[in-house]
Amino acid sequence: MYRVELGEEILKVQDLKVWFPLKRGVIGTILGKPRLFVHAVDGISFNLRRREIFCLVGESGCGKTTTGKALLRLVPIYSGKAYFKPRKETLAKLENMGVTPDENGFVEIFGLPEKKFKPLRRDIQMIYQDPYGSLNPRFRIKDILEEVLIVHKIGETKEERLDIIERVLEMVKLTPPSEFINRFPHQLSGGQRQRVAIARAIIANPSIIVADEPVSMLDVSIRAEILEVLLNLRKLLDTSYIFITHDLAIARYICDRIAVMYLGKIVELGDARDVIADPLHPYTEALIAAIPDPDPENRKKLRDLKIKGEVPSPIFIPPGCRFHPRCVYYDQAKERDRDIRDLCPSVEPPLAEVKPGRYVACYKHEIVRQLVKSGVAPTQTGSSQ
Amino acid sequence: MALLEVENLKTYFYTLRGVVRAVDGVSLTLEKGETLGIVGESGCGKSTLAWSLLRLVPPPGRIVDGSIRIDGQDITKMSESEVRRKIRWRRISMIFQGAMNALNPVYKVGEQIIEPMLLHGYSKKEAMEKAAELIKAVGLPTSILDRYPHELSGGQKQRVVIAMSLVLDPDIVIADEPTTALDVVVQAQILNLMKKLHWERKMSIILITHDLGVVTELSEKIAVMYAGKIVEFGTADQIFQNPLHPYTQALIRAVPRLKGDIHKLEYIPGSPPDLRNPPPGCRFAPRCKMAFEMCDKEPPLIEHEKGHYVACWLYAKR
Repeated sequence: MYRVELGEEILKVQDLKVWFPLKRGVIGTILGKPRLFVHAVDGISFNLRRREIFCLVGESGCGKTTTGKALLRLVPIYSGKAYFKPRKETLAKLENMGVTPDENGFVEIFGLPEKKFKPLRRDIQMIYQDPYGSLNPRFRIKDILEEVLIVHKIGETKEERLDIIERVLEMVKLTPPSEFINRFPHQLSGGQRQRVAIARAIIANPSIIVADEPVSMLDVSIRAEILEVLLNLRKLLDTSYIFITHDLAIARYICDRIAVMYLGKIVELGDARDVIADPLHPYTEALIAAIPDPDPENRKKLRDLKIKGEVPSPIFIPPGCRFHPRCVYYDQAKERDRDIRDLCPSVEPPLAEVKPGRYVACYKHEIVRQLVKSGVAPTQTGSSQ
Repeated sequence: MALLEVENLKTYFYTLRGVVRAVDGVSLTLEKGETLGIVGESGCGKSTLAWSLLRLVPPPGRIVDGSIRIDGQDITKMSESEVRRKIRWRRISMIFQGAMNALNPVYKVGEQIIEPMLLHGYSKKEAMEKAAELIKAVGLPTSILDRYPHELSGGQKQRVVIAMSLVLDPDIVIADEPTTALDVVVQAQILNLMKKLHWERKMSIILITHDLGVVTELSEKIAVMYAGKIVEFGTADQIFQNPLHPYTQALIRAVPRLKGDIHKLEYIPGSPPDLRNPPPGCRFAPRCKMAFEMCDKEPPLIEHEKGHYVACWLYAKR
């Protein structure tokens, strides 16, 4: 919609894994049973540019929210690296603490001790899904917003802070600010609350905002207003967004690029409109086919679902391509196509660029096969348990 | 005579802070084998309307005026025990919002499905046979009957809840947001199932949803609700190809699409009125771009073209 010129890269995530260990019982520990993990995020890589809106889409349980939380280090990270380019002031603070950036100004953020990560919390902020749960009901709006300023030591005096608060409330269109600053969250509507949550995220002027389903709890008629606020803020403040959603139509509307996740992995990544107009992964295709677009013709026919079964457990991930047990394409092609028969159930497909800017992890595409056969891509079989 | 005729129904909640007019003068008809979609945003009264049709309005709410006639019998005039014996689940049943999470965790699925049948005079053997038949009709293996709810996935539980609504072969099934908590793929499977049940059993369905995409999956006719009233009513084609009410028009333009050009989305400024104290006249007027002096008075539901009704002064003959 409002496409803008994208800036330089500011975040590079490499092979991020978030595995949650399951508790073993006493007997299991004595018998030395192997430790089991929930593979919430299982090795994903992506880059984010300044002013970019990057979407993570997928069904519930695919790891999209965990990925967002991992960037703020709100979940324990199992392995992986994230290089982030902090702004100048933050960089100065980090250098005082003895953190040296690389020659391009990037700092690896997953390896930092919590104390040294703290200045970076100002640069990466989050907006949560539920505006009814994310605001403290006992705080007035000005207290909710002032807290951020106090924590990050922005603004010397109370008056100065109040001034910032009023400016930010105007940016999220809660006008006139004087009418809102003394209210409590329960005195606001859902849309207004979500705008307070957005104000709280932008008040420290971050470079990245992780927006976790920011409109899915809101009524249809006010969603567009919140999306517009987010788009305007990117123009105004040069913010980049990691936009997490399950709604592909919203992703198409607001995002520059989207990454489709399935069971902790990115299966397809590319320009938002191209991916939705011409999906290259069978899972993306199935997802798009399942979405009811408002059209009165829909009721006359059954929806053709190109997917079978249900999402497997993230503890025991299927070997090879994790989607193959549900893949209709695999079933059709395995008789005639030897590569499909051999590769899909045993070798995990790498995410490869099959067209300019379009990355897919599926052996349907010759390039992906060649990559594995030539041994360029690592040929690990699924995740070790 | 239509299967279901609702006339000027009013359901109010008598709270300590005032009377909430959740459903305020709703009229509609449903023919046998027809599907009706009721769309509206949260708080517009669509769930209250559904509860009223089953005479299940929770206190402090009650039906204060109007009639609900099923085959000509007014159920608002019946005693509670009569509704229980003759109407609820026999004639009209419901898939409640979030019901899949309300299955009793300590009873097996089969035991929960047969309960209403036992209360309505089936023997246990007959009831189990019927349960097995229904569980197959909703696309599940009969072994599910011996499982506990926690052993099932979300989609399976929703299928069980649908089977439960069918046990007494009702003429009308009300589905209140049957897919809201489900992922898109499972949602599509459930909607496919409901389509099949509608086609095979000639079942009348009232689908209540906030999702304009979901409503077109099932509904031949659509009623758009706003602040306790129906503001537009017509066939699905009429509503989507020629929306008349400014609210319907704005709602359709507020939804992003998967295909076609990307248009700037519209939004409706402001928020829905407080139903304790709704604005006089048209309730949408304070948020309406087209509002003019007539809107101070309440608009009647006008038949603008055949079968297409709208409550807006823009279409009144002046």
